[in-house]
Amino acid sequence: MTVMDPRDVFHQEARELLDQLEEALLDLGTSSDDRDLVDCAFRALHTIKGSGAMFGFDEVAGFVHEFETAFDRVRKGSVAVSPPLVQVALAAKDHIARLIAEPGLHAADGETILKKLRAIVSSDEDSGRSDSFAPADAQASAAEPSRVQSPLQTWRVKFRLAENALVLGANPVLLLNELRELGPCEVSVAVDAVPPLESIDSEVCYLDWEVVVSTDRPRQAIDDVFIFIADGMELSIETLAGTVAESPRDDKAATTKAVDVDKPRDSTGAGAKGGTSVRVAAERLDELMDRVGELVIAQARLSQLAVASDDGNLKNVAEEMERLASSLRDTTMGIRMVPIGSLFGRFRRLVHDLSHDLDKEVDFVTAGEDTELDKTVIERLADPLVHLIRNSIDHGLEVPSRRIAAGKAARGQVRLSAVHTGSEVAISIVDDGAGLDADRIRAKAEEAGLIAPDAKLADHDLFQMVFHPGFSTAKEITALSGRGVGMDVVKRTIEGLRGRIDLGSRPSGGTTVTLRLPLTLAIIEGMLVRVGQGRYSIPLSAVEECVELPRDAEAGNSGRNFLNIRGHLVPFLRLRELFKTRTAIEPHQKVVIVSAGESRVGLVVDQVIGNSQTVIKSLSKLHADVENFSGATILGDGTVALILDVAHLVSFGQEFESRLRDERIGRAA
Amino acid sequence: MSKSVLVVDDSASIRQMVSLTLSGAGYATLEAIDGEDGYAKATANPIRAVVTDLNMPRMNGIEFIRKFRAHPSSTGVPIIFLTTESDEDMKRQAKEAGATAWMVKPFKQDQLLAVIKKVAGP
Repeated sequence: MTVMDPRDVFHQEARELLDQLEEALLDLGTSSDDRDLVDCAFRALHTIKGSGAMFGFDEVAGFVHEFETAFDRVRKGSVAVSPPLVQVALAAKDHIARLIAEPGLHAADGETILKKLRAIVSSDEDSGRSDSFAPADAQASAAEPSRVQSPLQTWRVKFRLAENALVLGANPVLLLNELRELGPCEVSVAVDAVPPLESIDSEVCYLDWEVVVSTDRPRQAIDDVFIFIADGMELSIETLAGTVAESPRDDKAATTKAVDVDKPRDSTGAGAKGGTSVRVAAERLDELMDRVGELVIAQARLSQLAVASDDGNLKNVAEEMERLASSLRDTTMGIRMVPIGSLFGRFRRLVHDLSHDLDKEVDFVTAGEDTELDKTVIERLADPLVHLIRNSIDHGLEVPSRRIAAGKAARGQVRLSAVHTGSEVAISIVDDGAGLDADRIRAKAEEAGLIAPDAKLADHDLFQMVFHPGFSTAKEITALSGRGVGMDVVKRTIEGLRGRIDLGSRPSGGTTVTLRLPLTLAIIEGMLVRVGQGRYSIPLSAVEECVELPRDAEAGNSGRNFLNIRGHLVPFLRLRELFKTRTAIEPHQKVVIVSAGESRVGLVVDQVIGNSQTVIKSLSKLHADVENFSGATILGDGTVALILDVAHLVSFGQEFESRLRDERIGRAA
Repeated sequence: MSKSVLVVDDSASIRQMVSLTLSGAGYATLEAIDGEDGYAKATANPIRAVVTDLNMPRMNGIEFIRKFRAHPSSTGVPIIFLTTESDEDMKRQAKEAGATAWMVKPFKQDQLLAVIKKVAGP
């Protein structure tokens, strides 16, 4: 495994610590006297400072130091945690993040934040500024004996270690070696203090040493040899010519031996958080997933060979391989899964800030934090969710006065939850605000020419209008939302993740947005179909059922492009026409009914081959604008099959059908 | 099996920096993420020296030092603690708990090596 640059590790670590800090601060906003939270915030700060200084982030270390000093009165309990304090501490946290991200650009902003903080924590602004952060150099002298040359001098060094020094790890051999490094030494030892054999404690050092050393190094160099063990030891250093006597070091406090009688606790079961985890660069996981994907493909080829062969041994091996490959695939996918809670945590700050900026009181409730999703999915979900939560608070929730007038509690609620449903995860954002205003949406949609003025639309279809680019019903543009960019981007992002988005709303009962996302992006179960000579994979999660194409529709006269599926009309697309396949029409065509969101469409194919593990390979940039296909996969026999873009085909099918209908109506008129 | 220097720090970056520096100089190293982990590893492995942070979650460095010193396997094992400032009170507490030496952050790699060499030998 390649080792990450410690500075990169620091970046990552700082992010995590800042998250921890933010969480603790936000929690302090609600339970302001929780000492553990204060300590947790402090610890995070302290670690950032320490590591920051180590890796050259001096601005960070300096600012955090000042911040810590100012915050110290909170830690000591002499200043209570208040909302303004939390606010300024959050600002400081953001400032630290900026200092780390872009060193050298923001240093000046720090003072404003510190001033605010100091104003809050100290009624008597006496000191103003603490002694600034300067790395102390206690060990500097110990570690780098200054190479200052002094005239050659001879010293007599007498020392006796403290009684417990050996136990505590002092090593006289090393001390003597260090003295020898200063210059030629004569070492003699006195054994006067050694007790009779029977009362010797093998862990106590009874010897007195006398070392005569000649060195051109200053006196300090000799002191430094004993820097760590000076407490409780007897040490005298004198020049042989003169008499620079040295009494036992000032600090008489003999180091007390630890008398902790705690039984050593068995810590094997202590669920070490992260203790048994390994940090791996994300690209390596992607690489691993790629390899496993290829292995699965190779295994499929092997299985195919085995099926065609009479060799029983080959069949056995192929079966074994199949089992192993599929469990390896599951394990690998499992590695990529992370709980969505890490993402939810980020929104607490967003809600806190929004509620502050908009003067709306908001309870933010989350559920299902343990729900796991592919890492990539989670990363790409962040922006859409920010947008949706913003919408809920800005547009959805009413101001307190209006809520009270409507008979609701003054505090609004936004609920973010995640739950597993089959091979999908459903994430919903529910608010108890005013709900979508169907009349406004209709008016807007008519104004934008999206619907005919007299069109009859169910609310559900009307709500879909908000996903059109540039569609916004916000009366005024706030800094937060109402710019009309957004819902279309949200929808695109979710669909890019092969997910779906649904909107539901009740007048004055609030809005529910549900995102349905596949568990993983890398490997899916696909249904393999044949159209002409080509084979295509349809994501199985989108397939609802397969039916025979009725004989009267088989001929391909486009007079009727609907199927009656248990009383519902479902439009269908002839893929052979769509793909301009030139082979003769085959009898017994099949229709695969696929769905995206609430819409369904049938895809007419020549043959349904069966299920297959589909390892998704994205198309090259050259093919980025190819519609109808979302990617490609390699089949068991090594040939390539394209993966159908169901969401696109469904909307295309629906549009195609309504166009046909309009034409027919036009002809009839 | 050669004895390891145990590096105890909740900060992954410092832990890694200390470990890399030490292993670069030929010391075998072992890492622990906090005092509790440190105690478990210090008492289960042959340890040559300990480098520990003081400020850590779950079990802080001072408690860790105290607990480790109460365990017989700590005899003669030097413990170096890392501290952010030359905070005399912290230093005193750590020394009372049984620490051998200390380093003030930030430090350079050769300073770290010098201190290790000083207390644990080359």
